[in-house]
Amino acid sequence: MDSLSASTAESFRLLFSGDAALWVIIFTSFSVSVRAILIAAPLAFVVAFLMAHLRYRGRRTMIAGFSALQSIPAVVVGLTVYLVFSRSGPLGDLQLLFTHSSMIIGQILLSFPLLVALSHAAFQAADRRVWETSVTLGAKPYHAFMTLLHEIRFGLIAALLAGFGRIIAEVGCSMMVGGNILGYTRNIPTAIALETTKGEFAQAIALGMVLLALALLLNGLLAFFQGRGEMSS
Amino acid sequence: MKSPFANLIVLFLFLVATHSLAGERQVVRMAITTSTENSGLLAVIQPAFEQALDIRVHIIAVGTGKALELGRRGDVDVVLVHARLAEEAFVAAGFGVARHEIMYNDFIIVGPEDDPAGVRGMQDAGKALLQIEAAAAPFVSRGDDSGTHKKEQVIWQQAGIEPQGHWYRQVGQGMGKSLQIAGEMQAYTLVDRGTWLAHRATIPLKLLVFDGADLKNAYGIIAVSPERFPDVHYSEVERLIRWFESDAAHALIAGYRVDGEQLFYPVN
Repeated sequence: MDSLSASTAESFRLLFSGDAALWVIIFTSFSVSVRAILIAAPLAFVVAFLMAHLRYRGRRTMIAGFSALQSIPAVVVGLTVYLVFSRSGPLGDLQLLFTHSSMIIGQILLSFPLLVALSHAAFQAADRRVWETSVTLGAKPYHAFMTLLHEIRFGLIAALLAGFGRIIAEVGCSMMVGGNILGYTRNIPTAIALETTKGEFAQAIALGMVLLALALLLNGLLAFFQGRGEMSS
Repeated sequence: MKSPFANLIVLFLFLVATHSLAGERQVVRMAITTSTENSGLLAVIQPAFEQALDIRVHIIAVGTGKALELGRRGDVDVVLVHARLAEEAFVAAGFGVARHEIMYNDFIIVGPEDDPAGVRGMQDAGKALLQIEAAAAPFVSRGDDSGTHKKEQVIWQQAGIEPQGHWYRQVGQGMGKSLQIAGEMQAYTLVDRGTWLAHRATIPLKLLVFDGADLKNAYGIIAVSPERFPDVHYSEVERLIRWFESDAAHALIAGYRVDGEQLFYPVN
């Protein structure tokens, strides 16, 4: 038990003494996952809106498809992105493997189905009259869409948080396509995996606490916004 | 009409437009073995060669098998690994330019204090593994096609045994993690001396078998062939290899110590 308490004490020192290496890792995690979610979310919202408002053949299959893809394993996404962007793969010439870009692409693929499924639920729950009234009152489709987004903002924020929670904590995909490069593609989950293999538990615990605090915060916010969403609908 | 979502879309377009891929390219990518990274040597020499050569080197620490595979696919510019036969095959097949042996140390067998297979003090690793198999004492194998795993397989093969059974546990992990698992299970395992020295303070195992002729552990560095992959950074890699062969590098490698013990011996 000695090593546990010593490691934990050391981890607090690392966190609060502004240990540069530690904060670079935390920054990398956020930088990659925030960019991934900002790219994925607008596309996902548009797809979800179209699925909720248009009636076309294959719509139900599409909804079921996105719903099923929510549980796609991170390592499978990682393997796919790796094979596609490897220099011997179809998009190898882009030289994206082991960069932030490939990690972002992996995380976009991971979060997209979740974002679509959750925001689709929010669009479905929205009153169709919001859209219809806006259009009747002469709003252009873009403005009507913005009004609708504003109307269901709590549901959408909940979707964003859930998507972010999914990708900030995943290790399989980041490890495979990012390569866990120190000072570059090493993020919180891959660093925890590595530090544990090295027996450096202090840094692993410090990063684990950051991730845990973040997960609790995200879930708290998620519960809050889902509550607000239900009240407003 | 100002909504946060309009801002979000603007931000999105901005990110897509400005997300520069070019800035990420001019670096050398080196795949190295986990034993080099886990032993702590790399943390000492990386700043030195980055500064001496004025290049950025991205290190991807994986098992030797994976490192060579990254080289075969052209995903890295240079590999630093330890499995002589596999390295020679890699060069012969035209994936690598040439193998430069830069340093060596040795493998050892560690195991539980009470040593149920009675191998303490032996030098011949093959005979020690025979006894471990006969006693069906727990043995942790890397099982990840790493240099250490390849070495272990060669020793089993030369001893004429195909290890199998509940006692033989392939964990599929890096060297440090495998040592920890062996410690938890009180099992024997084959480990490079560097990683052992770096970890022994926290691992409840003892050094039992060492100094055998079949336990040498040589590290080689190989540039990925620019003929096969024209976009590898060959000229930077050449400079990097020359650095590894310089006196400055030899001094750093020979000078790296854990608990006062030298971990790696440079090859002149």
